[in-house]
Amino acid sequence: MKKTIGLILSFCLLIACSSSDNAPDDQVDTFDRSVMLTNWADNIIIPAYQRYISQLDLLKTAATSFSAAPSTSTLSALRDQWLEAYLAYQHVSMFEIGPAESISLRNYTNIYPADQQSIVENLETGDYNLVLPSTNDEQGFPAMDYLLFGIADTDEAHVEILSTPIASTYLLALVERLNDLGTTVLEEWRDSYRDIFVSNSGSTATSAVNKMANDYIFYYEKALRAGKIGIPAGVFSGTALSNRVEGLYSRSYSKRLFNAALDAAESFFKGESFGSSQTGESLASYLDHLSSDKDGERLSALIINQFSNARSTANDLLDDFYSQVEEDNSKMLMTYDQLQANVILMKVDMFQALNIKVDYVDADGD
Amino acid sequence: MNSRVKSYFSHTTEAAPLAVFRIFFGLMMLASIIRFWANGWINKLYIEPQFFFSYYGFEWVKPLGNWTYILFVICGLSALGVAVGFKYRLSIVLFFLSFTYIELMDKTTYLNHYYFVSIISFLLIFLPAHVYYSYDAKKNQRNAYDRIPKWTIDSIKIILFIVYFYAGLAKLNSDWLLNAMPLKIWLPSKYDLPLLGNLLQKEWVHYAFSWSGALYDLAIPFLLINKRTRPYAFVLVVIFHLMTRVLFPIGMFPYIMIISTLIFFEPKWHQRILNVLAHLLKISKPSIGQHKVLSQAAFDSLNVKRNVIVVFLLIQVLLPFRAYLYPGELFWTEQGYRFSWRVMLMEKAGYANFKIVNEETKQRFYVDNADFLTSFQEKQMSFQPDFILEYAHYLKSHFNHQGHENIGVYVEAYVALNGRRSQLYIDPEVNLANIEESFGHKSWILPFNDEIKGL
Repeated sequence: MKKTIGLILSFCLLIACSSSDNAPDDQVDTFDRSVMLTNWADNIIIPAYQRYISQLDLLKTAATSFSAAPSTSTLSALRDQWLEAYLAYQHVSMFEIGPAESISLRNYTNIYPADQQSIVENLETGDYNLVLPSTNDEQGFPAMDYLLFGIADTDEAHVEILSTPIASTYLLALVERLNDLGTTVLEEWRDSYRDIFVSNSGSTATSAVNKMANDYIFYYEKALRAGKIGIPAGVFSGTALSNRVEGLYSRSYSKRLFNAALDAAESFFKGESFGSSQTGESLASYLDHLSSDKDGERLSALIINQFSNARSTANDLLDDFYSQVEEDNSKMLMTYDQLQANVILMKVDMFQALNIKVDYVDADGD
Repeated sequence: MNSRVKSYFSHTTEAAPLAVFRIFFGLMMLASIIRFWANGWINKLYIEPQFFFSYYGFEWVKPLGNWTYILFVICGLSALGVAVGFKYRLSIVLFFLSFTYIELMDKTTYLNHYYFVSIISFLLIFLPAHVYYSYDAKKNQRNAYDRIPKWTIDSIKIILFIVYFYAGLAKLNSDWLLNAMPLKIWLPSKYDLPLLGNLLQKEWVHYAFSWSGALYDLAIPFLLINKRTRPYAFVLVVIFHLMTRVLFPIGMFPYIMIISTLIFFEPKWHQRILNVLAHLLKISKPSIGQHKVLSQAAFDSLNVKRNVIVVFLLIQVLLPFRAYLYPGELFWTEQGYRFSWRVMLMEKAGYANFKIVNEETKQRFYVDNADFLTSFQEKQMSFQPDFILEYAHYLKSHFNHQGHENIGVYVEAYVALNGRRSQLYIDPEVNLANIEESFGHKSWILPFNDEIKGL
């Protein structure tokens, strides 16, 4: 009896150990992560950065035109272009990996609320060093939001304040800084990081898929769910904080920025090529590959459905979230709940299905 | 006492197997401590966090700040002392105390194999592992023996038997056998392993691994006890544990188990090992055959030790069954899950969102767990009820200190188990601040929506 068990055991283990020789390149059952990484890099991430940089180039042109000939019309053009670049940024913000991670792109690009007082000082003294981490709330899109929309009551007054040499230099420095940071990231993706990223297709905690998935969910949770909706709605403070909305000073763009970010997050999940609905391998198709279809509705469908729920709830929000928080915060809270539901689907169910550990800590298991 | 029992306890055997066990165990532990330190885990796990999860009744065991390093030094040195047999009794007591203290500091890091180390070292305190091939024996020939009571070696075999056999019993459930869970989740993600990668994608492989794993655990203690099957069994032990090493982040455990199972072999094997060691270290090995016997009859203190060990082993036999005293699905509630050799049975993940409510004004806000816990702690907390409760109490006292009043702590927790959809885990209407921790049933855990049949 014991011998039989031993034989069976040895047999099982032997099969497990040896028969791989008979199945050399059987790719049928294997989801090829490097195809997904290639899709992410070539069809989503790099094109999104390209678009972002081209918008920043236009922003630079608009800022230069304004400082050359300050007027309400050049100001208006600058504001429009600021919004375009800000919207383009929403499509790259979640990719805080590799070069963006090493230079903390998000921290220097979109930290809000902006530090009004420091910005005013910078305008007066011209004494600032935007490379310092302590100045991350004196730069980026939120600082420009304040300069372009919030520093005075009328457009004419804005033109007047911003046309002083120091102010004009500061404004250009802010644009220049956004440009430098974004360009650094794009160039590194093109020069070297793309290949590093795509070839790091292993299954360890530091593999590109595991890291990207973690960065993605971190972005979704902290920047999108909490930053754009939860924090201003007072979810973490008990009292609503209307002055913590994105686009506080322009007072009309927070919803557009939010929607852009939500679309970008959903597109990434679905593996849609940037700016088109063509799809490639993605978290969604990876989930479909792994799911046995026994358990009712597919997880990927549930997640996409939840993105839609969040979008349609957010549809009821005013264009300006500041007013929304002030007038009827309950709608903000409802939107938050819809966003929150997807945190659970992605961070618990999706990560379990993909066997990706949350912020994996390098410790032993048993 | 019945005569057969009496005669069993008077049996003696060569001391070599226990000496080999002592040496390898000590060296493995020293290596573990060095590895732990080198990986930066002392700092990451015991110094950086601002809050630590305690075992019920051991809330007073906390990391000691930078002194924690000293604790690891003591633990490492005493492990070396055990290996060499230098002031053995002191070394093994120090090792047991320091190692167990370390494990009690934060239950976030609980692993069955740490528990295994603790109980083996407790056992070793009472065993004559240092009477042969040790510094102590060489130094003081009066305490040197080459034969010891057989039961002392058997007690370690019994622990190993329990570990394997109970781990096997725990696998006799529908998730493991009928759904190949959680291996179905774990194995495919190892697609980049050379040779195995593609194979691990196949469903039949998941089942083959599940079934052979369960069979292995149930059969291996018997195969090791039986002299005829022992060599094959040892080959299986090596293959099995190396396989787990390749597939899972399992640390030193595979090596510890491989080395431990050597205890089942005949003394002549251990003599050979000791000969090799003696040759390598250029020391003289104590000869055997002098028949210096440490007999049970000669020493009263051995009887006391034997009684302690019998009681201890009895506890070890019974303790894992405490889970059956609780209602509900064990994998879901985890009441009685630890310290019972339920190893690698679950893929469980959760998300716990804590809400602080002023019970009077009904004003509320959510907690950002990252403000209080490391990501590892948050991960472990999110699906274990006792962690959730302890953390809720911590949040209450934290916000109390901040001046908040009438604090209620509620949690919206979702947990997914073995590939099932996540479901609400804790009753969101229960104010956890009012719940006391105890060994009683935690009725505020919501029932599991599914059923896992089996042990």
